Amino acid sequence: MASHGIKDQVAIVGMGCTPFAEHWNKGLDDLIVDAVEDTYKSTRVKKADVDAYWLGTVQGGMSGITLARPLQLEGKPVTRVENYCTTGSEALRAAAYAVASGAYDVAMAVGVEKVKDSGFQGLNAQAPPNDGTARTLTAAAMFSMVAPAYAAKYGIDMDTMSDVLAQIAVKNHYNGARNSRAQFRREITAETCKASPRLAGGLGVYDCAGVADGAAAAIVVRAEDAYKYTDKPLFIKALAFTAGSGAGLVDPGYDYTHFPECAGAAQDAYAQAGITNPRTELAMAEVHDCFTPTELVLMEDLGFAERGTAWRDVLDGAFALHGDLPINPDGGLKSFGHPTGASGLRMMFECWLQLRGEAPEERQIALKSNKALTHNLGGYPGEMVSFVSVVGTELD
Amino acid sequence: MRGILSISGYVPVHRLDRREVAALFGSGGGKGTRAVAGHDEDTTTMGVEAARLAMAGVEVSDLALLFATGTPAYADKTNATALHAALGRPASEPAWDFGGSARSAVGALGFALASYPTTLVVSADRRDGLATSTDESGGGDSGAAVLVGEATDSVPALATQLGGASATDEFLDRWRVPGDRRSKQWEEKFGEQRYTALALEAYGRALRQAGLEASTIDHLIVTSMHTRAAKAVAGKLSGGRDIIVDDLTQSIGQTAGTHALLLLAHLLESLAGSAGGATIALVNLADGADVVLLKTTPEIAHWVPAKPVAKQLERTSPLPYGKFLSWRQMVTVEPPRRPEPGRVSATAAWRSEEWKFAFVGSRDRTTGTVHLPPSRVSRVGGAVDDMEPAPMANVRGTIVTFTIDRMVYSPSPPVAFAIVDFDGGGRFPIELTDCTADQVAIGGRVEMTFRKLFTQDDIHDYFWKARLLPAESQGDN
Repeated sequence: MASHGIKDQVAIVGMGCTPFAEHWNKGLDDLIVDAVEDTYKSTRVKKADVDAYWLGTVQGGMSGITLARPLQLEGKPVTRVENYCTTGSEALRAAAYAVASGAYDVAMAVGVEKVKDSGFQGLNAQAPPNDGTARTLTAAAMFSMVAPAYAAKYGIDMDTMSDVLAQIAVKNHYNGARNSRAQFRREITAETCKASPRLAGGLGVYDCAGVADGAAAAIVVRAEDAYKYTDKPLFIKALAFTAGSGAGLVDPGYDYTHFPECAGAAQDAYAQAGITNPRTELAMAEVHDCFTPTELVLMEDLGFAERGTAWRDVLDGAFALHGDLPINPDGGLKSFGHPTGASGLRMMFECWLQLRGEAPEERQIALKSNKALTHNLGGYPGEMVSFVSVVGTELD
Repeated sequence: MRGILSISGYVPVHRLDRREVAALFGSGGGKGTRAVAGHDEDTTTMGVEAARLAMAGVEVSDLALLFATGTPAYADKTNATALHAALGRPASEPAWDFGGSARSAVGALGFALASYPTTLVVSADRRDGLATSTDESGGGDSGAAVLVGEATDSVPALATQLGGASATDEFLDRWRVPGDRRSKQWEEKFGEQRYTALALEAYGRALRQAGLEASTIDHLIVTSMHTRAAKAVAGKLSGGRDIIVDDLTQSIGQTAGTHALLLLAHLLESLAGSAGGATIALVNLADGADVVLLKTTPEIAHWVPAKPVAKQLERTSPLPYGKFLSWRQMVTVEPPRRPEPGRVSATAAWRSEEWKFAFVGSRDRTTGTVHLPPSRVSRVGGAVDDMEPAPMANVRGTIVTFTIDRMVYSPSPPVAFAIVDFDGGGRFPIELTDCTADQVAIGGRVEMTFRKLFTQDDIHDYFWKARLLPAESQGDN
């Protein structure tokens, strides 16, 4: 009984990612084809080499046929997976495990979401038939309860708190402004962020991730085959996943200042990867900044800062593009929007670029190590799923 | 000894200042205020609120529930069953809707006083009318509940019946086609003439049969949707004596058939702590006249009403006329651009009847951990199917944290939402009601109230919300 992980058994040898945008002129199938074609350009793997597929999409369609039809896959094993906002990462996890098991030589994970066909703002999920007693709020409202709780617990006045949150938005916009695939490519000031209309609780427009369509994909093979397909593979060091029991919603002990599911997934991932000090051992991290307070709390859940101290690091610029530990160098959900099925793979795509030194000059980070982390969460404070991966360019 | 064992009224917190009507339209309105049901209240939820108050601390078995309203939430489907479920009454007890006119409430009370073993008579009404109409500003919304039965040592009678009489007549004074919001009225003088004659006849007969002189009546309640007739009849029956009970129309408006029971509740509550022996005449004018004669017992000296109407009248929240018009669907305002919720599943709702309607969670027998909603597997210790019911409807709680959601779909945005920890254990994230965003604070004390979350495919989604305790009770436990 243990989480053994598959450290250094599987490598990512190809990745692609579409621009994330309000793609009025592209449907789900177009986004899939674009991401997959972009992936083939990055690798020596050909379509005929791929043995099995995992498609991550929350609402894009049901069954593997959603992927098999647009790609014209004949008689291949294609599985659709869904796990809230971690769906893209879940597709990668399934593909990696399939290869690690020896069942297949080459597998592809595709994540896609066509959000902007609904006619509504934001992300909207239809609940299955139910008894009508579970009041659903917007995600913004649920996450807005974190900031005041965090401020109260650590004795931070709300003005300072608002500076901290604004700093996170400013940083992610700064990074996104340097990314041609990002939805929002404009730097903002802290004043703009703080003056934006409130949507839920204390969260304004600039505290919230955008909403965009997009797709991303990855090809995985056994580690020993990696150099056959690319000169610069990313070796998977850890894939961790935690589904909460929803206890936080009903447990009077939960205080809305941390996400135990994320801390749990991180702990598992670090054990798999053999990481003891993530702050110094990672070159960068892509985290699920759906709202500014989420990113703040994640810095502590992921072990980048001690409890109650991340806000100081944020103000000190520790997580800026050229800071001590760059967080979301691609601009994050803030700049990319959040096509749920795609985001996890989009994060991995940034690791792919940065660790291989292929990010554009204006946002290439200084690599203090050869490892990077991606983190996804789905659900709400108190009721969450969380994914953490660690990848690196070298076999340990 | 048969009589009234308990009684309560419920007046929604919202008040429309009648002057706002003329300010907008240039006509209509008047002075004073009217009570307005919240956007999440209908006659079923108001009935539940009144019934919960009447049943607070009262233990009775073999109870029949009668629900009267002129403005039912459902036709064909019984509304009383939702009240029955919300009160957590056993399946072996009946629950019936008792007609749908301004005469039903007092009729049900008379019926209960005369017959069925133990009966909870519940009534609730919402009064609508076209903008600027007398019905719009003169009407009001309320609920009331009266528990009637044989007195026992543990549940004594507050008042007993001395007698009663009815006079019935088929004539057209006021009418409304089911489903219509507008009630219509014939020339007022015709109704006034008929009601005066019918009331005098029935009142005289009731007094004669009870062997009472008119001069022995201490309190006279006269109610009617025909307010002019009610006033005229009250004047005549009082014989010029100062016995006419304030009809509350200045502050809450006339609340159709429910009004008689509401005023009776208000009156009896005002007599709580008195020595008893007061005689009361209740007269309702609706397609005839119904008279109920009551006398308070010495037991009323010990009665402590759960939440007196007088107390409810003190706690009000002004409602802008624009909100009133949108809540009454007289104007359609732009909804949030979010998908509307799906309709409630009948089968899922039935399976969770105790949770959805009576707010009953589960408590792990071993660890005492409270689960809201009920769970088969314990969150602590993992015991399976070892739970007992945890009724939470009457348990107060404290706001741990909260948010105001300005984007989510709601019949009346924004939504105030709080994480509530209940006294004695249990946490539930729940919508707040009857409050504005600036009134919500961490540490605020709340109580539960039965509401309608939304309506989809004509299915009303009833569930519970939390309501801030009044300022003076914020420190209570």
